[in-house]
Amino acid sequence: MRMKSYAPYLFLAPAGLVLTVFFFLPFFQTVGLSFLDYTRSIYSPDFVWFKNYAQMFADPVFWQVLGQTFVYLFVAVPVLVIVPLFLAVLINQKIRGQTVYKILIYLPVIVSIVVAAIAFKWLYAQAGVINYFVQLAGLNPIGWLTDPRWSLISVIIVTIWKGIGYYMMIYLAALMSVPRELYEAADIDGASFLRKHLTVTIPHIMPTIALVTTISAISAMKVFAEIYVMTKGGPLNSSKTIVYYIYERAFENLDLGYSSAMAVVLLVIVMAFSFVNIYCFERKKYGL
Amino acid sequence: MGGKWFAHIILIFVSLLSVFPFLWLLSTSFKGISENIFAYPPQLFPVDWTLGNYAGVWRRVDFIRYFVNSMVVAGGTVALNLILSSLAAYPLARMEFKGRKIAFFAILATIMIPFQAIMLPVYLITLKLNLVDNFGAGPGFLGLILPFAVSAFGIFLMRQAFLSIPRELEEAAIIDGCNAFQVFWQVLMPMVKPTLAVLAIFTFIGSWGEFLWPSIVLTQESMYTLPVGVNNLQGTFSSNWRFIAAGSVLATIPIIIFFLSLQRYFISGENDGAIKG
Repeated sequence: MRMKSYAPYLFLAPAGLVLTVFFFLPFFQTVGLSFLDYTRSIYSPDFVWFKNYAQMFADPVFWQVLGQTFVYLFVAVPVLVIVPLFLAVLINQKIRGQTVYKILIYLPVIVSIVVAAIAFKWLYAQAGVINYFVQLAGLNPIGWLTDPRWSLISVIIVTIWKGIGYYMMIYLAALMSVPRELYEAADIDGASFLRKHLTVTIPHIMPTIALVTTISAISAMKVFAEIYVMTKGGPLNSSKTIVYYIYERAFENLDLGYSSAMAVVLLVIVMAFSFVNIYCFERKKYGL
Repeated sequence: MGGKWFAHIILIFVSLLSVFPFLWLLSTSFKGISENIFAYPPQLFPVDWTLGNYAGVWRRVDFIRYFVNSMVVAGGTVALNLILSSLAAYPLARMEFKGRKIAFFAILATIMIPFQAIMLPVYLITLKLNLVDNFGAGPGFLGLILPFAVSAFGIFLMRQAFLSIPRELEEAAIIDGCNAFQVFWQVLMPMVKPTLAVLAIFTFIGSWGEFLWPSIVLTQESMYTLPVGVNNLQGTFSSNWRFIAAGSVLATIPIIIFFLSLQRYFISGENDGAIKG
């Protein structure tokens, strides 16, 4: 195509400018800040090499928070991989009222996480609805958000609840590509519901299952709003995950260097997940 | 058929679980002072109906302002994303130039960088550029919008859309004497309207619900977006759950209307994975 030689750069310039100022620069600055110590003075930080990293590895709260982040991951990801798939398979059998089901189950995805977290805070109240059912079952009421043994799982439940519809729609899109004839053949063979899906559905949509695994893992690493609205990471750090701790250290304690060292850890973990995701499952989407 | 009954039971159960937290907020928001909101067994249907909670929050909280702020931020974010993504996508889809591969992979790399890990420097840069609400509403809004003004996701989405357009159309336009920008604006953009609609809708939803960034940069209550305003209800009304519930319901109405009127975009199954995580 005959074009002015500078044309492509002009087209790329506005997006390039935004990405440079708000992505690439901050990316390198995060690494740079992690070598600085702001605790003596917020205006003239000291260059301290790896002191923040050393402090981080010696900080029991960091390890607790990192551990809890992985608990988040290992609880939320399996549920978000399996339950939405199951629901998608149920809806995909051309069931009556499927549009209504889809709308209702997708609703939590659309509504602000802040409203969702407030709604759950209300359900989790000491004399709230959930504890009513707990007591019906003959148990003592649980301090869902106030008992360190329960706070993390209570927050994870909100994340799961909000994610199910999203992943269900991804599965439904994938299920459309499974050839109908395969199901018909399985029906003729007299295969059961379970057998039919184990032998036809699952192998066919394996790439989507893998995709949902990586993207739900990436978003589990990044949770913030649920925790901020419901528990502020408490009680006793029990529901704190890494993003919340990064936020707290940076914006509440003004410990910018230490916060950045943790941000680098988050960067490394999420970039590893994302790399696997893009390289293995989303090549077509990005035209690689 | 037995199987279908089983499916309906499960789906009804999950649908109820999905909407119950909202229904319970809705129910609480209508309960009057004389009704115990902690009653056992819980009452889904209020006994002492009232609109007083809504009147109460409406008087104390400027929802219209939060709504307008959210509209400005989401509208600005959508407009910039549509323009910047399309502009950047065009050369990546159609032109050969030096550094094309570098641009391509640099943009792809931003997908892997989580905002949460770079939010502190983004904040410092925004401060340095004076794009915070202390300098007035204009800079404040720009500070909310600009960090999300373009996304790699949008660029790649538009690139795929451009790739699917036959080249002959542009070649005809070039023979007619159009320059690169005219080809882009007059030939290509009208043809990718459906993709622009998808990008607009999902960018809007993402921006509308964004909480972390506005809660970091905003200092003036007059600049609050709806999510920040709703979170603030907890402080304003401490444990007055009737008011908090009424406020949450009010703040949710616009997005529910938006969702229901455009539901085919969300549940058609064709736009999988379009919301930022």
